[in-house]
Amino acid sequence: MSVSAEATVVITHEVGLHARPSVKFTKLAKTFAAEVEIALAANGPWFDAKSIVKVMAAKAPKGTVLHIRASGDGANDAVDALVELVRRDFDEGADHVRTA
Amino acid sequence: MRVKGISASAGYAEGPLFDLDKTVVSYVGKETADDEKAALETAIAIAAGRLTVLIEMAVGDAADILEFQIAMLGDNALSSPAFAAIRTGLPADKAWRQALDAEIAGYDASDQDYFRARAADIRDIRDQVLRALSEDGDVPAPAGAILYGEDIAPTRFLETDWTSGGGIALKAGSTASHVAMLARSRGVPMVVGLGSSPAHPAGIALLDAEHGGIVLSPSKAEIDAFRQSSSSFSARRDRAGTFLARPAVTKAGTMVRVQVNIADPSDVDGIDIATCDGVGLMRTEFLFGKTLPDEETQYRAYRKVLEWAGDKPVTIRTVDAGGDKPVPGFTVAEGNPFLGLRGIRLSLARPEVFRVQIRALLRAAVHGSLKVMFPMIAIVEEYRQAAAMFAEEQAVLATRGIVHKMPPLGIMVEVPSVAIVPEAFTDAAFFSIGSNDLTQYVMAAARDNAAVAHLNSVRHPAVLRLIAAVTAFGQRENIPISLCGDASGDPASIPSLLEIGLRDLSVAPAQLAMAKAAIADISV
Repeated sequence: MSVSAEATVVITHEVGLHARPSVKFTKLAKTFAAEVEIALAANGPWFDAKSIVKVMAAKAPKGTVLHIRASGDGANDAVDALVELVRRDFDEGADHVRTA
Repeated sequence: MRVKGISASAGYAEGPLFDLDKTVVSYVGKETADDEKAALETAIAIAAGRLTVLIEMAVGDAADILEFQIAMLGDNALSSPAFAAIRTGLPADKAWRQALDAEIAGYDASDQDYFRARAADIRDIRDQVLRALSEDGDVPAPAGAILYGEDIAPTRFLETDWTSGGGIALKAGSTASHVAMLARSRGVPMVVGLGSSPAHPAGIALLDAEHGGIVLSPSKAEIDAFRQSSSSFSARRDRAGTFLARPAVTKAGTMVRVQVNIADPSDVDGIDIATCDGVGLMRTEFLFGKTLPDEETQYRAYRKVLEWAGDKPVTIRTVDAGGDKPVPGFTVAEGNPFLGLRGIRLSLARPEVFRVQIRALLRAAVHGSLKVMFPMIAIVEEYRQAAAMFAEEQAVLATRGIVHKMPPLGIMVEVPSVAIVPEAFTDAAFFSIGSNDLTQYVMAAARDNAAVAHLNSVRHPAVLRLIAAVTAFGQRENIPISLCGDASGDPASIPSLLEIGLRDLSVAPAQLAMAKAAIADISV
């Protein structure tokens, strides 16, 4: 894809990009028309950020540097919003640990 | 026929068995690939529709599980390999199973617990669609039935109408599963680990989820006895509820400390810390389920419980594998495992594994009031060797500049050699009596053998005399002493324990209210 916006953010959520955070992440990504992808390294592999199956398959634990890139309509807004969501710990307390 | 298991959610249920494993998926193949595709699309839509209905009624954890499943099911990335397989000529059911099994394998292979645990959710999704595909459709369990099988899916639990009773009996299963958590919060009786019971029993059964067991094809006498225990349990539970929030005090005004026993860090999610005096026993074997856990995983688990407890003490027992708790890659196969390489003996024999746990404990200690105890101590040298390893690892962490703290180190009193000669163990910071093992070793009656269950009584005078002697010794020498076996939570044993001088008990969370109620009845 012809990338028009890209950013990185560190996942601080205790259990990483796990079930509940992934639901929030993909829901938010789907609100943008732009094509959005994530990766655990700058050179990929890249995963569709609107697919929970792909996002979960990335298995990003706490401490991962998450790469987010987008292209098309609202690419910048999409990357900004998703980076913010990760920074806000997916709107869950930092100590929220879900073990089961 | 009576089969013993482990209680995952206390209570009693009497009713017809519903076989969870017998829901045969009989899919009838279609003429063309297009029809197969349509059948799968319809089945996915049916499964998604059912989940949407369930989520309307769900709250909290249950709602989160369902929302995740709905999102997965709605994602084309999940189903596209199945549709691709249908185009190559596979029937819908095989195509779906193959695609989902590949996805499940990916989760099973993860080295992180959080991701591995999701495999159960994907299995659940797989089976929901398979059930929707089959001609039989999904057979709901009749009201009041005892759901019986290998394991149970969270959606099955949520779909079942529990308003007219019923319960869950599993041959495998875990007290830490999603369903166990849901069962406890809804008060549905549940027993797991009924390993030796038959595969597809039918008829009426009696589920005793207070003590952990099931009676299949019961006799008239068994039914009568069961109904008596069941109504006495209900009466006790209703009365006990009022004691939960209060401190434990006897009729005579003697204060008793009541702590809880936990196995999985998530156990504390359902307990209000205000209702107990801390954690008297945190088992760590659960961490060693599939693979040997790394330091970080252990540290996080210990820290979670310590932070939950605040300034109340948390006593963590170092890994007690072996005996009836084998761990692949750690324990050894032995002819007589209860008398073999288990508990501290195994930890000392595998120092590279033990040192990882020691470092995790030293680091977690700064997050609360931690105490650490060693299981199966038989001679004082074992205690000294383990304590020396703590000191060595402390020095390592100090050199590396890693934050840590040395906790008080105590011992379990469960091998008769310690109970008979406690004066040899005054180095230990505290004693915790493990009455289950102490009883089985004193009476030479295995805990897991129903044929000798009548011998396995903590109230046998020989066992009680030993517990009394250790308690008196501890009081004389100012060594804190508590008891954390099943006897602590058993209303029939509590009077004897208080009479011989114990003032510190640790019970299963589900027994907290009943134990406090029993204490209030005693004039000690």
